[in-house]
Amino acid sequence: MTRVLSDADPELREPHPSGPIELAAPGPRRPRAPRRRRWSWRRLPLYAFLALAAIAFAYPLIWLVSASLKPRGEVFDNRLIPQTLTFDNYLQVWTQAPVAIWLLNTVIVTVLAASAVTLSSAMVAWGFAHFRFPFRGALFGLVLATMMLPAAVTMIPTFLIWNSLGLVGTLVPMWAHNLFGSAFYIFLIRQFLLALPRDWFDAARIDGASQWTVFWRIGLPLIRPALVVTFIFEVQAVWTDLMRSLIYLRGSSTFTLPRGLKSLVDAFGFGGEWHWETIVTASVIATVPIVVLFLIAQRHFVRGISGGGLR
Amino acid sequence: MAAAARMRRREAVAGLLFLSPWLIGFCVFTAWPLLYSGYLSLTQYDVINDARFVGLDNYAALAADPKVGVALGNTFLFTLMQVPLHVLVALGLALALERAGRATGFFRTVLLLPKLTPPVAVGVLFLLLFNGQSGLINAILGSLGIRGPAWTTDPAWVKPGLVLMSLLMVGASVVILLAALHGVPEELYESARVDGAGFWRRTFHVALPMISPALLFVTVVSTIGALQTFDEAYTAFFGAGVDDYGNDAALFYVIYLFRQAFEFLHMGYASALAWVLFAIILVITAVQLLVSRRVVHYEGATPR
Repeated sequence: MTRVLSDADPELREPHPSGPIELAAPGPRRPRAPRRRRWSWRRLPLYAFLALAAIAFAYPLIWLVSASLKPRGEVFDNRLIPQTLTFDNYLQVWTQAPVAIWLLNTVIVTVLAASAVTLSSAMVAWGFAHFRFPFRGALFGLVLATMMLPAAVTMIPTFLIWNSLGLVGTLVPMWAHNLFGSAFYIFLIRQFLLALPRDWFDAARIDGASQWTVFWRIGLPLIRPALVVTFIFEVQAVWTDLMRSLIYLRGSSTFTLPRGLKSLVDAFGFGGEWHWETIVTASVIATVPIVVLFLIAQRHFVRGISGGGLR
Repeated sequence: MAAAARMRRREAVAGLLFLSPWLIGFCVFTAWPLLYSGYLSLTQYDVINDARFVGLDNYAALAADPKVGVALGNTFLFTLMQVPLHVLVALGLALALERAGRATGFFRTVLLLPKLTPPVAVGVLFLLLFNGQSGLINAILGSLGIRGPAWTTDPAWVKPGLVLMSLLMVGASVVILLAALHGVPEELYESARVDGAGFWRRTFHVALPMISPALLFVTVVSTIGALQTFDEAYTAFFGAGVDDYGNDAALFYVIYLFRQAFEFLHMGYASALAWVLFAIILVITAVQLLVSRRVVHYEGATPR
């Protein structure tokens, strides 16, 4: 469940009057300021608990980075500070496996997938928010219903479609389905759009702008915050996606990082030659970019999770 | 009149044009696959030769397949352990975070980190940290005087280990519950305090009922996720070179489905497996929603 809420049940999105409606308005209402309390020793257990939790949650990643700086024999020694500090693994890993190509493939797929889904979902959300046409409500219900469908049910025929087009083994099936929008994002962007005053767009229409111009020139800039959330969410989902890469990628030169990393586990793991230093180093390379992106854009992540979860 | 009708038609056409990406995608990637997988589930199909209609044979075979029993048992057991713990841990952390004042943001960032880590890397970490001989978990247990089990090889401990590892992935649920907690009006706490309610009473009688819709949401989503668990277990226990079932203790339903479809090319059988999973998820979700009607409190909503 990489895409946190993608298989959420639309029924659950009851209006929640007391929930934060961060995405619902262009100037999001601030969540209630945390209650200010004076420091007191009585709060010590609370902070001790949180500190322990923070260590438990952060330590695996720290352990991973630390292990990648150790020579082969010491990967398992569980020391926080490596006894023998070495950057050799980071020099070697590129020759042990085509990690540079995997990185490049992942970047290509991620950028294409996230751009495609952002633009197409915005178009569809715009259609739902700004036009009246027959069966609009029913069609939107259908959008929400697709969120309920487990990926396993459509997985096989979808594979057969790409197979009959001769595209299995290429990067295309990794992202091209995103050209057609994605239910969760359509929902998210539509919510945001509905909170914008309609007159802003009608005024432009009266000035003679075409529908497309209004969408492109006025609509898109106004919904930028929702687009950023969509883009970043999808980057995370695609960057870490394993299942699709297992189904569609064949040769090592087409692998993305998760698929490549899996092939390293197969070749060098317990069933293979025990080069765990290579696996650990490649894991760090696969993880660091997404962690950095998160640290830069975490505001948007949090908005996407809480805004999408309760509205 | 005619002009108005024309305007309406033009508006409808423009709207449908904006919808066209989704309309095409829905037909090609949702509606057609749904129908086609229903048909495939009644056939024998290996991608190379033409599909052969076999009626309900796949479903009969599935009911008799001992591996399906194993996979279903594993998946249910994992879900039963994982979902309650997931919700409890997420709730505990959210309640603590709400009281953390200025430090909330920092802790929220840290708690979200494992959720963002690629699941393959999490699978790698599972193999290493939970390793029976040299893993960190058993080293810690050892220093407490407990001899830890062989988490990654002992069939009895594989699933508990995976559950523990999965609890690091509660970050998103914590964020959702925290947002709900921030939405509880301060006055409710104040009046409870005036009435002499302590922390636990305020939590159980004010906070939890108020955030029950969010709790339901987190429960349903994490159940659906647990029933489809794949990435970490597949990374750790299956893959190239494993031509038997590797470790039956980690054979989850979607892993079995995936192997049937894409490793053995039993597309018909795998489609039947997929439909059974779909039915299971629908039933479990429906039961959860029905039960929740008695428990979940919708502020201001008319009871349905």
